[in-house]
Amino acid sequence: MAVNHLSVRFERDVLKDVSFRVNRGDVLAIVGPNGSGKSVLLRALLGLVPHEGDVEWSGNPKIGYVPQKLAIEHTFPLSVREFMQLKEPSHEKIIELLRSVGLGDHDSYHLHHHILNQRLGLLSGGQFQRVMVAWSLADHPDILLYDEPTSGVDVGGEETIYTLLDKMRRQHNLTLILVSHDLNIVYKYANTVMCLNQSMICYGVPQEVLDPAALTKLYGGQTSFYQHHHE
Amino acid sequence: MNDPLLLQLLTGITIGLGAGYLGAFMVLKRMSLVGDALSHVALPGIALALLLHINPFIGAFAALTIAVIGIWTLEQRTNLPSETLVGIFFTISLALGLLLTPEPELLEALFGDIAKIGPADLFIAILAVGITFGVMSYARKGFILSIISSDLAKASGIAVRHIHFLFLMLVALIVALGLNVAGTLLMGSLVIIPAAAAKNLASNMFSYTWMASILGGVAAGAGILLAYFYNFSPGPMVVLAGGVIFLLTLFSQNTRL
Repeated sequence: MAVNHLSVRFERDVLKDVSFRVNRGDVLAIVGPNGSGKSVLLRALLGLVPHEGDVEWSGNPKIGYVPQKLAIEHTFPLSVREFMQLKEPSHEKIIELLRSVGLGDHDSYHLHHHILNQRLGLLSGGQFQRVMVAWSLADHPDILLYDEPTSGVDVGGEETIYTLLDKMRRQHNLTLILVSHDLNIVYKYANTVMCLNQSMICYGVPQEVLDPAALTKLYGGQTSFYQHHHE
Repeated sequence: MNDPLLLQLLTGITIGLGAGYLGAFMVLKRMSLVGDALSHVALPGIALALLLHINPFIGAFAALTIAVIGIWTLEQRTNLPSETLVGIFFTISLALGLLLTPEPELLEALFGDIAKIGPADLFIAILAVGITFGVMSYARKGFILSIISSDLAKASGIAVRHIHFLFLMLVALIVALGLNVAGTLLMGSLVIIPAAAAKNLASNMFSYTWMASILGGVAAGAGILLAYFYNFSPGPMVVLAGGVIFLLTLFSQNTRL
């Protein structure tokens, strides 16, 4: 995929002249402060917001999308089963998908009563993200756009959802474009990073481009980053 | 169909079933009060129909269709939310309707009078409610997805704008129907109350939508019967029956804190 001079303007400039390329199998992480245009960039790639510039996909890839949040509160009467059925009618395939994202580790009683028949709005943050990933994978996308939630997933949960995304990427030969707030995640899983604050501040291999100067420019002030290593 | 009570009951229950079912989606779309406000838009249509001696349903539906097209077009071209637009149409139409409606018929238009319906109204009700169920079942997935995330719906290839228009047209159809039962002032409750009650009871979409529909039918039937036997006006009795059902559902498990 090639993006050339992409700009989005609502009442003010939201994205200015963003250009980048993503190759098959890449993991591109987009980082930046709140309101820097990360989610808008994903929405522009999907053609959901009016934009200038070109978004060129090679071939005709199937695109999966996990938005940051859904407009549901805990009383919203939609069960996980019904949500999955919006995309996948087969019960067996739904079970298979939910198990593949780690929701069927327990016995099938647990899967049926605490996940499938549960209201979507009553799931924990981590369970909800897994269901969203399962949903987005149901129609076998070639590329997955994942907009990380800003809250609701604890740190441990965030770690495992990325382990899961990485596993899914390998299994399904997926290209991943993800919005993230956690630079550790970026170092661990992404082969390309884009620092975004309306315009593109850095772009390249995380270990090379995420230097203190870029981070200061991105987040402002005395930001520094300590890269710790996960075993 | 010589028994007027049976005719009223069948027509009322049919409309209640349709209003409850559509109301279930309106409540989820946070459009509860849109139905209420839209019902007032029907008033000038009813007035014209009365002046021209045609079925008030036709006048009401024509006025609502014009309003829905107007609201939908302005929604696409301006940034104003539908709430504001409906508010504008609602007050202007109410003013027009109050000026146009002949005074003896004003009360009937405002509160409805199911005693005046004929077999043709039952036929129209069955047809319109059938269309509503048919369209909603056909486009159910698109409706639900566009409610929970319009981005996700668009990314999944669903024509969200068209679905929204279709939905508004169904609202116009059901509101125009319900005016016979509850009148322009109380019609909103026919779509809101059964859905709100069903939401207290249901844990999934299937039971929620069908429960809203059935509760709508029960409220309409109970209200019409009570009004008949105790000599009250049917419209307010239908609304009160719905209110009692809603209060009872407050004791369900879903609403416990």
